[in-house]
Amino acid sequence: MNLFKIIDQLAEVDADVLGRFDSRRAIFSSLGTAAKRSALAATPLFLGALFQKAYAGTTATAVEVLQYALALELFEQDFYGKVKASALYTAASAADKAAVDQIKKHEDSHVTLLKGAISGMGATPVSGVTFKAAVFATLTTFKTGPAATSQLGIAQLLEDTGVRAYKGRAGELLGTDLLTVALQIHSVEARHASKIRTMRGQLAWVNPGDDLATHPVYTSGVTAGSNPGQFGLAVPAYTTASPVENNTTQSGVPITTGLGTTYSASDAAAAYDEYLQVAEVLDNSRAGGLIGA
Amino acid sequence: MSQHSQVGGQDELITAQPLYTPIKRRSFFMYAGATAGATALILAGCSKDDTNNNAPTPTPGGTGASVSLGSGDVGVLNYAYALEQLEAAFYAQVVKTPASDFQGSELAYFTQVASHEAIHRDFFKAAINRDAPGKIIPGLNPNFTSINFASRASVLGAAKAFEDLGVAAYNGAGKLLKTAAYLVIAGQIVSVEARHAAYVRDLLDTTGTSFAGDDQVDPTTGLDKAMMPVDVITAAQTYVTEKLDASTVGK
Repeated sequence: MNLFKIIDQLAEVDADVLGRFDSRRAIFSSLGTAAKRSALAATPLFLGALFQKAYAGTTATAVEVLQYALALELFEQDFYGKVKASALYTAASAADKAAVDQIKKHEDSHVTLLKGAISGMGATPVSGVTFKAAVFATLTTFKTGPAATSQLGIAQLLEDTGVRAYKGRAGELLGTDLLTVALQIHSVEARHASKIRTMRGQLAWVNPGDDLATHPVYTSGVTAGSNPGQFGLAVPAYTTASPVENNTTQSGVPITTGLGTTYSASDAAAAYDEYLQVAEVLDNSRAGGLIGA
Repeated sequence: MSQHSQVGGQDELITAQPLYTPIKRRSFFMYAGATAGATALILAGCSKDDTNNNAPTPTPGGTGASVSLGSGDVGVLNYAYALEQLEAAFYAQVVKTPASDFQGSELAYFTQVASHEAIHRDFFKAAINRDAPGKIIPGLNPNFTSINFASRASVLGAAKAFEDLGVAAYNGAGKLLKTAAYLVIAGQIVSVEARHAAYVRDLLDTTGTSFAGDDQVDPTTGLDKAMMPVDVITAAQTYVTEKLDASTVGK
């Protein structure tokens, strides 16, 4: 176990991590002899204590949010892995394959980053979150035809879900550097969603004219139940359904009529993406129904 | 090639904008994407000089009245309001005087993007006036003399720079907010900006990967850019007549 490597990994997630400790050097000089240092540094308990001290007061929430993010990234990573292994992908154009490769590369990076951060904070990263093979087998086209049976149709649902899911937990990281990292992943998911939509011939932003507009990913509420315990994920209390994507009121302001200029409902809805809570994302009508062996 | 181009672009900027310091220029190119940012500015600059000798000489931004964006959460909201004013004015001009060589559905797309940005601008104005009466910054006067609206390449280059800058700005400003409700709103808007950014990048792309290219999304960490207000305003200042002060935003 290399402490410096872990700190470096964490520094990629949290630019201020070294500031949270006095300095790399001070960590070690305060530990005494070299023998003591190497013995201590090899102890997970020591690492946990070190990081818990660095993130005092924020650790429990931060780890839960990171575990949730990791679960979603593992899910996407597995999905794109299945896409890349399929004959439909092999037959796709070079540019389309390059786009999928670029997205998969980012999901891989996110998984590595989040795993490192979670381990560094003394917790065991969630694992085994995969896209149901039986559902994947029903995807009979790459990007054409009905969305429900095309690989990129499902990819659009996953990416747009990811965009909503990161938004749903941003408030729990208020004022922290981990929030910045979450936002930096969030906007990449939005770029992915935009590209997948463009590849499918849809508008880049969520709007009432989407072929998938009525899918539960773009509405809200818990309707089909879920089993989040299988991944050891903590689900915050859920009481009220999140806004639907076609929402045209923001912060109490009616966007179509309340701004001095009249805007169409379609533009008002498209100008804002909406959040989803954990219970809604993991509902079997959305990601919950697609996660499994 | 791109190295030479960038140097050439800086020389032009030095002539046109004596107030720009080398450090600030460099940070703009770093964040806007070195080659793409430089190319966009050169295209804008060259087309004036090379194809239209009667075009006015670009005037530098930031030479007008001084405007402080303020402090705390209101400062962050004013900061977002300033950037949205800039984007809304840019796309309004794109739609008003569309480039003759726009292709396919590009104008229809930009018409929608113009509405999104106008909505963001008007929303921030309404929210700031409601939540912090008397604290709102004035309407800003954009300075787009460096952009050739008749040229698709110039417009797309500028749009890409604006959208990527907007994404980095919201990503960096998120942690400055102390009110969760404002963070939620910022999150709802930044993902739409990212969708715009990916779309515009895709229009300029032949490889299939530019929508989230390695120049914008770190290929190792998979993270998009995040920039602090002072750095964003330094990059955006070229396009605003007023001299913006972001030094107390979020503080």
